Amino acid sequence: MANVSVNLAERTHEPPPRGSREVVFDVDELGVSYGESKALEGVSLEIYRNYVTAFIGPSGCGKSTFIRCFNRMNDLIPTASVEGKILYQGEDLYGSHVDPVEVRKLIGMVFQKPNPFPKSIYDNVAFGPRVLGMDGSLDDRVEKALQQAALWDEVKDRLKAGALSLSGGQQQRLCIARCLAVEPEVLLMDEPASALDPIATTRIEDLMHELKREYTIIVVTHNMQQAARVADMTAFFTVTRGDEGQRTGTLVEYDATSKIFTQPSDKRTEDYVTGRFG
Amino acid sequence: MSTTGRLSDGRQRSLWAGRIFRGFLYLSLAIGFLTLGALLAQVFLQGYKWVDLVLFLEPPSTDPQIAGAEPAILATIYIGILLLAFTVPLGVGTAIYLEEYADRDRWYNRLLEVNIQNLAAVPSIVYGILGLAFLVRGLGLGRVLLAGAMILTLLVLPTVIIAAREAIRAVPDSIRQGAYALGATKWQVVWRQVLPGATPGIATGSILALSRGLGETAPLLLVGALTYVAFNPTVLGEFTALPVQIYQWVARPQEEFRVLAASAIIVLLGILLILNAFAIWLRNRYERRW
Repeated sequence: MANVSVNLAERTHEPPPRGSREVVFDVDELGVSYGESKALEGVSLEIYRNYVTAFIGPSGCGKSTFIRCFNRMNDLIPTASVEGKILYQGEDLYGSHVDPVEVRKLIGMVFQKPNPFPKSIYDNVAFGPRVLGMDGSLDDRVEKALQQAALWDEVKDRLKAGALSLSGGQQQRLCIARCLAVEPEVLLMDEPASALDPIATTRIEDLMHELKREYTIIVVTHNMQQAARVADMTAFFTVTRGDEGQRTGTLVEYDATSKIFTQPSDKRTEDYVTGRFG
Repeated sequence: MSTTGRLSDGRQRSLWAGRIFRGFLYLSLAIGFLTLGALLAQVFLQGYKWVDLVLFLEPPSTDPQIAGAEPAILATIYIGILLLAFTVPLGVGTAIYLEEYADRDRWYNRLLEVNIQNLAAVPSIVYGILGLAFLVRGLGLGRVLLAGAMILTLLVLPTVIIAAREAIRAVPDSIRQGAYALGATKWQVVWRQVLPGATPGIATGSILALSRGLGETAPLLLVGALTYVAFNPTVLGEFTALPVQIYQWVARPQEEFRVLAASAIIVLLGILLILNAFAIWLRNRYERRW
């Protein structure tokens, strides 16, 4: 058996029982190309409600490309094209009548590097509700979002201060609060802790445990311990080289996190999680 | 202890190369500074006595003792205001299109880009000829201040576009993505994130372009800025401008008019220096560190 260096006893949250699985995303034979080169090919999997789902794999395996399909961020890259299907609660995300702007309201995203707007803390959180014209008290929304992101107590006395004055970890939680303020249903996190120190990372991970009660979370990470700690389900991607040396990402294995880390069914997954590769 | 060990080999040679290069740098600096300094000092010593109320409040005259440059100073201010009103919306609009909307794979967008770069290098006299043919005669505007402001607009527009594009490009993509990810539309992303982020750069570029436009003489001469205007300018009336007035005074045979020209140069330089200082202040005050 694989000699897993990850201590699964650290896990505080067991995945919800199998019977409660409710499919949020149904991905079918998804592929993404940038111009002529295929970045990702033939991915099929299901994402479940109130689960944390982690995408792991070596650099260039297409995991970031994949997560950006869920809120149609790849639309912003002119050369990118998507084939296959993603159903979001039964509705085709790439259907011809779907407005990407509407998609992004429901499916929020947190990026690898904290990217607060060069405005005040308050204005950062209020930006989403403002552009979406959400009704109700803006102050209440901002407070609620900051509380959900476990940042309220640290910033409540200086909401008018510039967001760039916060530490990196605080900035990332601010970005999470900014997402939550528009009341999304799904939270996409693209390596949300890779630019943070271990303490700030722990706080983000604790936050993910909290947030999955209300949200469905998908997280890309290159940190296997992190996947083991936070994720209920884990998908392992790898890079395959084509005949002409082009690199394409493919899904190798998708299963409950404990299974991926202790009894992977694919040799490549085992090599990766035991640190023999990548 | 030996001074020619392995660690000091070649030190003498590179030291000399460094010194020679440094000397060359100082020389380049000195040539530029001394020339400019000498010119400025000469102008200042010659003209400072006549920078007085007469210069600001009197029209030109054949008698240098009572001649002033009020119409020219006012016209330069009017032109400056019109210039900003025309170039900023046009220049920023073009820059937003090219940076945020244009598909660079399309040949016409690339053509547009190359053309704008080229236009920035076209001599100002050529713009003057265009103004004369197209604005003054073609559109029948006549030799009026508006035509002068319009032709200067065309002259500095490429500079403003290039500066605005730089400023827009300096807004990191992560800001745009962050806004898109919250469900903002393209218009909202540009209007609420990109433009506010680019404003300091745009303002600086616009002011520097303005000061370039105000110093121009040739295009204004061609669209008919008169050398002798005894009345205060209107937008749709005949006009002169400070550089034109200076040009005319310098050409006079009497020594007094050269002194007068020197004093008008001081006024023009003062305006330009204030504008440039304001631009530098804006840049330092609002410069963003992303």
